[in-house]
Parts: sequence; C-alpha cells; structure tokens
Amino acid sequence: MIIDVNVSLSRWPFRRLPCDELPWLIKKLRDCGVTEVWAGSFDGVFHKDIGGVNARLVDDCRKSRPVLLRPFGSVNPTLPDWREDLRRCHEDYRMPGIRLHPAYHGYRLDDPVFTELLTQAEQRGLIVQIVVRIEDPRMQHPLMRVPDVDTKPLPNLLAVHPKLRLVLLGALQILRGEAITQLIRSGEVYFDISTLEGIGGISNLLVRVPDDRILFGSHSPFFILESAIFKLQESELLPAQVNAITHQNARRLLKTTAATKTRPGV
Amino acid sequence: MKCKWEVPIKMQNATSDSTCNRKLQSPNCRITRRRLLIGAAQAGIAASLSSYQPSLIAKPSPGLHEYLIWDVHGHLNTHGDTPTERIDNLLKFADRMGIERVIVFMGYPFTHDPSPEDVKRQNDQVLQAIEQSRGRAFGFAYLNPKHTEESLEELDRCIRDGPMVGVKLWVAVRCHEKCLDPIVRRAAQLKAPVLQHTWYKITGSLPGESTATDLAALAARHSRASFIAAHSGGDWERGIRAIRSATNITAEISGGDPTAGVVEMAVRELGAERVVYGSDFAGRSFASQLAKVLGADVPENTKRLILAGNIKRMLAPILATKGIPL
Repeated sequence: MIIDVNVSLSRWPFRRLPCDELPWLIKKLRDCGVTEVWAGSFDGVFHKDIGGVNARLVDDCRKSRPVLLRPFGSVNPTLPDWREDLRRCHEDYRMPGIRLHPAYHGYRLDDPVFTELLTQAEQRGLIVQIVVRIEDPRMQHPLMRVPDVDTKPLPNLLAVHPKLRLVLLGALQILRGEAITQLIRSGEVYFDISTLEGIGGISNLLVRVPDDRILFGSHSPFFILESAIFKLQESELLPAQVNAITHQNARRLLKTTAATKTRPGV
Repeated sequence: MKCKWEVPIKMQNATSDSTCNRKLQSPNCRITRRRLLIGAAQAGIAASLSSYQPSLIAKPSPGLHEYLIWDVHGHLNTHGDTPTERIDNLLKFADRMGIERVIVFMGYPFTHDPSPEDVKRQNDQVLQAIEQSRGRAFGFAYLNPKHTEESLEELDRCIRDGPMVGVKLWVAVRCHEKCLDPIVRRAAQLKAPVLQHTWYKITGSLPGESTATDLAALAARHSRASFIAAHSGGDWERGIRAIRSATNITAEISGGDPTAGVVEMAVRELGAERVVYGSDFAGRSFASQLAKVLGADVPENTKRLILAGNIKRMLAPILATKGIPL
C-alpha cells in the first residue's frame, strides 16, 4: 500500500508529460502499487480562476477509480477574495488540505497575508502543503524563472501555530542539515521524498529526520513515479520504517482531519 | 493487492546474506547476483517489482534484477576513509539496485580547475578503487585540458599503460577550445571514449563549463572519436537537439532530476543506440536515475540498450585491447 502525497493533475505548460492525461496517470499509479493520492493541480500554479481550478480538481478526483484521489485545492492569497477559495476547499469540497505555491504566486513566507492564511488553515484543521520546488531553477523557461521557496520564516510561524500540520513538498534538495532539524523541532512538519537525492537517500535522511515525519511523495507526473518507489529499495529500511513512509504517516495525518470521514467532494 | 513495500524489506534480507555476498565476489558475479535476486524475488519483495509495469504502451517491464545494468557515470564522493572503502560502500548500494558494473572518475575533493598534480592524485584514487572492485568498476581518466602536455602523459599512464578505459572532462575549460584536440586525437587512437560534462544553465555557468553545443563543435572536428554528452546537456530539451546531428556523440542521462520524458525524447531524436544510462552517484541516487529508463515509455529492447548494451558496444574495442572480456 502506498499513499502518494505529491501528485498533480492537468497539464504542465512547458512540456507534455507522459502521464498528464488522467486515465494514463491512474494506470501508472495503479501499476506501481499506489492506492491513494493527495492530488493538486498544475492549473492551480498558473491560473487566476482558482475557483474553477478547484472545482475541476474535485470533479476529476470523483471520477478516479481504482486509485483514490483526495483533492488538495490551491489557494493564492495574493488574489482578491482568497478566503472564499479556502472556505470552499474546507466546507464545500471537504478537502483534507490545501496546496500552496508561494514562489509561483509571488509572496514570501514572512508576508502578513501568509500568516493569516496559515492561521485560518490551522483553525479549520486543514493540512497545509507548501511546494518548495517544482522544477530545477537551472533549467526553467528563460521567461519564467521561479526561485525556490525560502523557508527560513517557518520556524517562527510554527511556534505560533502549534496545531498546524505542514507538509513540505520538493524541499529535500534545498533544505539540509540544521535547517531541517530546526523545522522538525519547531512543529509538526513533514517532508516528502520526491526530490531526495544521493546514494541511500532515505537512510541518510533518517539520521536527521524521524521516520514519522517522512512521506512518500513522487511529484508525478512531472517526475517519473518509479523514482520514489526505487528509493525505498535503495536504502536499507526496516519494515516499520517502510510502512511509516509509504502510508502510515499519511494515514495518521488524515485521521485528524474531519473532512476525510467521507469521500472528499461527494 | 500485494503490498509493494514488501519489496525493499525482502531485498534487504537477501543482500545481507553472507553467502550471497561471497558469491558476488566471484568472477561469475553477474550470473550469481541474478540468482541471488531471483531468490529474493521468489521470497517476496522483488516479486512485486517484477510485476510492476512502468510503461503505458510497451509491454510491462520486468523487475530490476532482470536487467543487465552498467552505470556510466559515478564518483567516489561517499562515506569512507579510503578509495577502497568508498567503492565498497557504493557497490553495496549498486547491489541493491541490480547494477553489475559502474564507471567511476575523479577523486576527492572535487576541484574545478585542478593542477596536473591534483589530477594525478585524483586518478590514483580512482585506480585504487577500481583495483579493489573485483572487476565491477571501470575507470575513466580525469584530465584538465588546460595542461595539454600533462594531460597526454596522464592519458598514457592511466589508459595506454593502465586499466582505465575512457576520458572524463569536467569544467576546467570549455570543450570546443583547440587545446582539447591533441587529447581527443590520442583518446581516439586508444579507442577510449571521451565523456564530457555538459550543462546549459539559465542561472549562469562556470567559466569553463561546456554546453552540448560546445561538444558538438568538438565532435565535428574529430569524426573518428567517440563522445558521451554527460547529463545530455542538463537542460536536456536543448542538449538533445544540440547533439542530434553529431552522430559520434551519445547522450548520457545522469545528473538531472527524474523529469518525465527525457528518455522518450532522447530515443525519439537520437535513436535507441545513442542513449546510455548513468546516475552521477553518489550525489544522485541510483533510484532516481534508473527510473528515467525503467519508467520511460520506450520498448523493452530499447531499455536494455540504454542500461548496458550501448556502453558495452562503445567500450568493446578498448576492452578487447586490454584483454578484458565483456
């Protein structure tokens, strides 16, 4: 059983991806043993009509079988009336969480509006995913250069949001050493393995990060799904560690979310 | 449904078996390791990888253990006090991923513009590592073309008179410069392929960092030489185009993120016989880089060419001169 917490639907605007059609993506996930997905949308990165993006995301997730797709809606706090998007994610669509793209939406993590967004998400009991990196900045389109998210403000924010559950996606090529340790100590922060690199990457990560803070995330279909799967094989992991990373941690996170007691979006 | 996560657990048990590890050291290690991994598959874990189907159009791929895999691009930048300890550590992970042989180059620490003495020191580290690898590691000679005469001497020391089988060029000087010509001519005489780091970076390149366009210019001057474009130009959508018409350049896929589509484009534009697998270990994982091939939507025989067939064909002439059986 694998719960993949980092999958995106729809199209990446700069190239066609082999699995950017939903039926192909579902087949790939199923064939690789993924049983459940936390799905965001590439449209949520680039579109201004976030309401439409999230409605389509929910619709696509409803149609997905046999893999369970849980929608994680986009919220862009630089857009007018973003609070309504957040409300819909929680109340109308009963999503377990939201996915944020600060770098692409043009705000910093020490901006007051981000603090307010975190506060509201915490009050609603939503899991908050922050996408630290989508694409290697060295290889981006020359007219669309987007830096990695600067996570330095997070420890202070976590200190004043003790109930917040934060998942950092694509952070592990950027964050290393003491920065990771500080985040772990500051609050309930999780990391996905999509951008984890180096020989025996998960084993190395476990030296610094407890296994209950690591989640299976593939960044599929932008990344090849097998990358994350093979990482489980490359490192020498105990059965309990594999179980924690592949599904138990994600399941525990979801259990604390009232919205997941019924199928989301239904 | 069978739980996929069973795979690594069982693999762990299988590869830690002391009897099997002893067998891995035998000259017949490929067959023995295959038996070992098939045993693991029968035990349970790799069984799920055996049935995993990464391709959408091609037939389902078998598990890792069903492939012959040679990794074209690796370094000794891992744990260990000596080159011997480092190659041993790396090969343990290679075993877990079903990789039979690796090609290593450059010692440690990395230096962008090494002196001739530093080049020699780093090549000595690699020589020590491959000597201790029980035939599982090949070496490419690291050279700094700024020092042409010393590079030719080092090339003779490591390849003509030593066990190395190729040349590695990094970021000391852009590879279209004329100072590379004597080195490439000598490498071609020795039937040694030249692997050149290539990367387009919109964030800015190092002063001596080559692009795939630079390599195409060099390759055009040396039609009898054989080149490998490491990283496929980094920005592979540009890099593959840059080397498309240079038929003596093979694209090597290591070092970048496991972005979907890289192998599909390389095969479409260059042909299956001009693409080779490499990982850029230990900075990159075997996992993310193998996924580029095994997760690609290309035919099964194409995957086998990329994972080992093509580099074996490229190295066959120089291995034959050294009496090394394929």
